[in-house]
Amino acid sequence: MSENRCCPPPGNETSCCPPSPADVCGSSGKNSEVSAAEPTDDRPGYKLWPFVCGWQDSPAGRIPQIATRLTIADIIGRWQMRWGFGRARYSIAPGLYAIGSPSGDSPVLVTANYKMTFDIVRRDMHGHDVWLLVLDTKGVNVWCAAGKGTFGTDEILNQVHRANLGEVVNHRTLIVPQLGAPGVAAHKVRKACGFKVVYGPVRSRDLPDFLNNSMKVTPAMRRVTFSLSERLILTPVELVSMWRHILWSVLALFILGGIGPQIFSFSAASIRGSAAVAAGLVGLLTGAVIVPLLLPWLPGRAFAKKGAAAGLAAGVFGALVFIDSLRWLNTLALIMTITAISSWCAMHFTGSSTFTSPSGVEKEMRKAIPGQAAALLIGGLCWLASAF
Amino acid sequence: MPSLRYLENVVTLRLNAEKCIGCGMCAEVCPHGVFTIEEGKARLMDRNACIECGACAGNCPVEALSVKAGVGCASAIINGWLTGKQPSCDCGGSC
Repeated sequence: MSENRCCPPPGNETSCCPPSPADVCGSSGKNSEVSAAEPTDDRPGYKLWPFVCGWQDSPAGRIPQIATRLTIADIIGRWQMRWGFGRARYSIAPGLYAIGSPSGDSPVLVTANYKMTFDIVRRDMHGHDVWLLVLDTKGVNVWCAAGKGTFGTDEILNQVHRANLGEVVNHRTLIVPQLGAPGVAAHKVRKACGFKVVYGPVRSRDLPDFLNNSMKVTPAMRRVTFSLSERLILTPVELVSMWRHILWSVLALFILGGIGPQIFSFSAASIRGSAAVAAGLVGLLTGAVIVPLLLPWLPGRAFAKKGAAAGLAAGVFGALVFIDSLRWLNTLALIMTITAISSWCAMHFTGSSTFTSPSGVEKEMRKAIPGQAAALLIGGLCWLASAF
Repeated sequence: MPSLRYLENVVTLRLNAEKCIGCGMCAEVCPHGVFTIEEGKARLMDRNACIECGACAGNCPVEALSVKAGVGCASAIINGWLTGKQPSCDCGGSC
């Protein structure tokens, strides 16, 4: 960091001056081969991305220089992703970008074209001069794209070639995020294009230490974690992704709730239907929110088991709260359905977790799904029977 | 906090110690510290921590590692059962 300006570091601005373009770009000011981006840089058929703040000259032509300060729009966009809105189109154009004012000796970082990933990397690289080679992962993050192979050897070769990277830099090293490794074969990249792959840290926030420390990765930088905040931030998108199932279930519960001695009753539909929807929501929130939060402390290894345990506790608690108004059939229905739904939702959190293997998930599903189905069926029948 | 561990003895990871040249790539790419390098050879230090991501096998230059790689995601596995294809994570954006 070579900044010695009147502006305080990001986060505690006291508005002594508006950020200068160089500040937004995080430029070190060492390199004069940078020009600012102007609105007139739009070309017929092309619109400049808002994060492009300048142009960096290189032997392979001018490369867009990107801002290292995120804007309000970037932050709103990130929250939209966390809540699952418009995830299918949150990508940026792949290719080579400049952060700061890199030269031919500057390191090359490889990343995905999911905009949230791209934003986090450029923010974390504030004050550094590096090249950023963005792969076309169809707007998917590095780890998931590596699992599918879109973040992989072929796409690295493709983008290295398209960007003429061999002309832009003098060295032959690519820094690939460690979680990209499932899609990349380092020895094949080297053989095909001459660039040596160095696997950098798992988390982008460790990149400054990694770069300042002659590309040494500490064991902690290599390990994937699943902390409370990491689990919490993944829960909204799980809930939102289920909204279709939730709507259909609510409709079905109101219709089934009306069935009774008078064949169909609208008052029963509203009273019994609401009670069933409430029970369903308790199961959903227990499995999709409470289980992720309490994951390390719930009994068992299988997520379905943890979900069932939490659901059983929630069901028994609900039965005790309404002990005066519930008949035994309702009580049984309440406990069985909440347990089943919670177990099912918790089992689906395996997809968000960082420590489950496909073999293990398949094993627990084969065991758990028959039990979940049986509990839901028994609970549902008890509930229907309780109307008569 | 108790550490997060998944099911024991389920993963398909295999190491052929005879082929191994001890280059250390597997230990470098593994996100769960499954490998250690001892006396010029890789060793499975914590096989049950493996998530079958496939990074080690793909980066092994001498094919000393094998694993049935995939994603540990229930929705993906259900997709696989329903479509008869490989489990896929294209599950409505949740992963």
